[in-house]
Amino acid sequence: MIDLQTSTHRHLHVHGTSPIHGLAPEAKLAGLVAFVLIVALTPREWVAAFAIELALVVAAITTAHLRPTLVLRRLGAIIPFVAFALALPVVGDGSTTDVGPFALSVDGLWAMWNILAKATLGASASIIVTATTPIPQLLTGLSRLRVPPTIVGIIGFMFRYLDLIVDELTRMRRAMRSRGYDPQWLWQARPIAASAGTLFVRTYERGERVHDAMAARGYAGTMPDLGTESAEPSDWVVALTPACIAVAAVTAGGLW
Amino acid sequence: MGPYGADVIVALHAPDGFLAPWVALATGVIVVLILGLALRASAEELGDRRIPLAGVSAAFIFAAQMLNFPVASGTTGHLLGGALAAILLGPWVGSLVVAIVVVVQALVFADGGLTALGYNTLNMAIVPAFGGWALFRGFRRLLPANGSGVVGASALAAGASVVLAAMMFSIEWLFGATAPVAFDRVFGAMVGVHVLIGVGEGLITGAVVGAVLAARTDLVIGAADLAPADLAERPRVGARTFALASLLVALFLATVVSQFAASSPDGLERVAQDHGFADTAEEHSLADGLFADYATRGLDNEGLSLAVAGVAGVALTLIVGWGLASAHRRVRISTTS
Amino acid sequence: MNGAAQITVEGVSFAYPGAAQPVLDDLDVTIESGERVAVLGPNGSGKTTFALHLNGLLNPHTGSIGIGDLTLGPDTLAEVRRQVGVVFQNADDQLFMHSVYDDVAFGPANLGLTADAIDQRVSDALAAVNGTDLADKTPHHLSGGEKRRAAIATVLSMNPRVLVLDEPTSGLDPVGRHELADLLVTLPQTQVIVTHDLPFALATCTRAVVLDGGTIQVDMDPDALLDDPELLARHRLALPFGYGRTRSS
Repeated sequence: MIDLQTSTHRHLHVHGTSPIHGLAPEAKLAGLVAFVLIVALTPREWVAAFAIELALVVAAITTAHLRPTLVLRRLGAIIPFVAFALALPVVGDGSTTDVGPFALSVDGLWAMWNILAKATLGASASIIVTATTPIPQLLTGLSRLRVPPTIVGIIGFMFRYLDLIVDELTRMRRAMRSRGYDPQWLWQARPIAASAGTLFVRTYERGERVHDAMAARGYAGTMPDLGTESAEPSDWVVALTPACIAVAAVTAGGLW
Repeated sequence: MGPYGADVIVALHAPDGFLAPWVALATGVIVVLILGLALRASAEELGDRRIPLAGVSAAFIFAAQMLNFPVASGTTGHLLGGALAAILLGPWVGSLVVAIVVVVQALVFADGGLTALGYNTLNMAIVPAFGGWALFRGFRRLLPANGSGVVGASALAAGASVVLAAMMFSIEWLFGATAPVAFDRVFGAMVGVHVLIGVGEGLITGAVVGAVLAARTDLVIGAADLAPADLAERPRVGARTFALASLLVALFLATVVSQFAASSPDGLERVAQDHGFADTAEEHSLADGLFADYATRGLDNEGLSLAVAGVAGVALTLIVGWGLASAHRRVRISTTS
Repeated sequence: MNGAAQITVEGVSFAYPGAAQPVLDDLDVTIESGERVAVLGPNGSGKTTFALHLNGLLNPHTGSIGIGDLTLGPDTLAEVRRQVGVVFQNADDQLFMHSVYDDVAFGPANLGLTADAIDQRVSDALAAVNGTDLADKTPHHLSGGEKRRAAIATVLSMNPRVLVLDEPTSGLDPVGRHELADLLVTLPQTQVIVTHDLPFALATCTRAVVLDGGTIQVDMDPDALLDDPELLARHRLALPFGYGRTRSS
């Protein structure tokens, strides 16, 4: 009843040596954003364009040697919206069409299709990039894409300490459960909240100690740039290819 | 599987293409502007401790959102944490930290679309943090200046901040709906559901703030104006009483709001006629252009719906604006003192 | 620049904000260049507070701290922090980057060194702690002993003249303790080792000071200190359970 869902980044990256694993992270991120943007802008009636976008996603999954089950499992994040989308043909307004015994809203069906297609394609593309890029590389990619260093720094510290904090929370919960705590109702949740409060204090104090450790080594507010080599032009070409094909598909759809 | 259950965040971690592109763009611009201010203000507040402290705080919010708490036999809920972050860390650092969590969830966990980051960040970070902060300040004035007052104000503000987020989403729907569900139904469903979610959010937030106060009073920015001696006094109101009472209030509110969404809103129509809304309801000119076709097409009483949207929008703007203004004052005071 | 430096602490007092009692109360101590000194004392006696003073993470309310020719102050802070390397109690606080290499490079990078110079510093520091193979590892995946060695490397890469180690044996298994002791005695720096671990102090240090009530109460050879059970008991010090010469019944 009080289990913690422990799906932190420890398990996100899938080791591999595929061409997609090898791409420079900034190229991969830019390619991801471009592709997702095109997906989001694809008019919902252009089914063929979605089919081509899906083919690109499948091709990327295959090239990266990712197990389809892994991608499907991580697509769980969009389930609430799948539920919402599935309700649309029923609750939608406007003209209806008969599907079996049901009179479904035509517009609702299109809206359902639109949300399902875009959510699935967008999330799958993110999943492919995350599964093929370890967090430190992702951070390098963000900073090479000119994301403010402060933001990249904060994200870096967040990932560095996330697992430690989750472990701490898990230990506190185990200690509570071992003393017979098994809450069923909201008003029994206070010990959980109290443990979260304790966790915040411990976390903040850790942040203060980490800052001490940084200051002791000469830190004065700016993360040093531990520069590494940046992307080859070929990386950019490869990473942006899906987005370009998607653009072509959407454009072609518009010309028809 | 993302760190969330399907139970709580029904439409807040929206995926790609969920709202019209121009809503994504407009909310994106607003978010970038406010986060730019937050970046600057957080530098003034935390100095060179900003990166490590904001970093571990983001990890805390992330972990806290993964925490299941019991709601009613068998079902569980999750914390959103926007108001909590603002009360503990101050609205600037708090909004920055929660925004970063939202961005990372989209980028790394595919939880929310990358092109939906504008409205997702606005709904889950900016509005709860600044709206929650403003309400927290407001409730603090009404409640005694001691530990109980801080805990009570935290609970009320956090609960209400979730409703504000739901209202924000409904208003975005009015402008950028992509499905044939009218504004009044979305508003009713979203606000109705989130009033109930707000009870859990409020209770948990209050208890978390209480626990932090017990350990280190200086880590609750929202109580920085009180002396440790005042804060030593903390509430002994039974959590059960509080939960039941607020649940009743929430149920009442949820019922009222969902009446608005019901398919035959006779009562509301009468109210509309009595107050002269009905006349404007006949005109469809308002709906042209600015609002999404879908969001207004099915409206039974358009004038009333748009009036509700207007009131909600003005209230949101005022509350979040007040939060921003009071956050701004706080920075000025802390840097001049 | 390298090698070791003398530490001179004169009349240092410090109290945390809001606390009635000062943690450090007119503390004087001089530590010779290249000396390894154990700082012992009961919990709450101010050992960690003392350690944080040595490179300016805390500022004394009165008194002065000298490192070699430098007197700690706003103008010398950056240079003192370069010369005094602090190894914190919890290695996870010290290893905040995503690879050991980046962590060891963090300090030299803050000094503004070139990429090649940084690389050289990192390999030297890791070699000094027998940790060359750790470079590409994530801190999260290291054992306790590896974390401790990596943490020491993060300060060695600054080429310090003084090492301050706060409870270096906490969280280490017995073999890890041995390896750490063997490592510390090979390092040329002046070392201040804050610890509860009397056998470790004996193994690594030539001098022991006991901090209690904000000042140095005892300053002697660790061997002699361990032979004086009464003195140990007065300052809540004891050998690890089971080490003792008597049998508890």
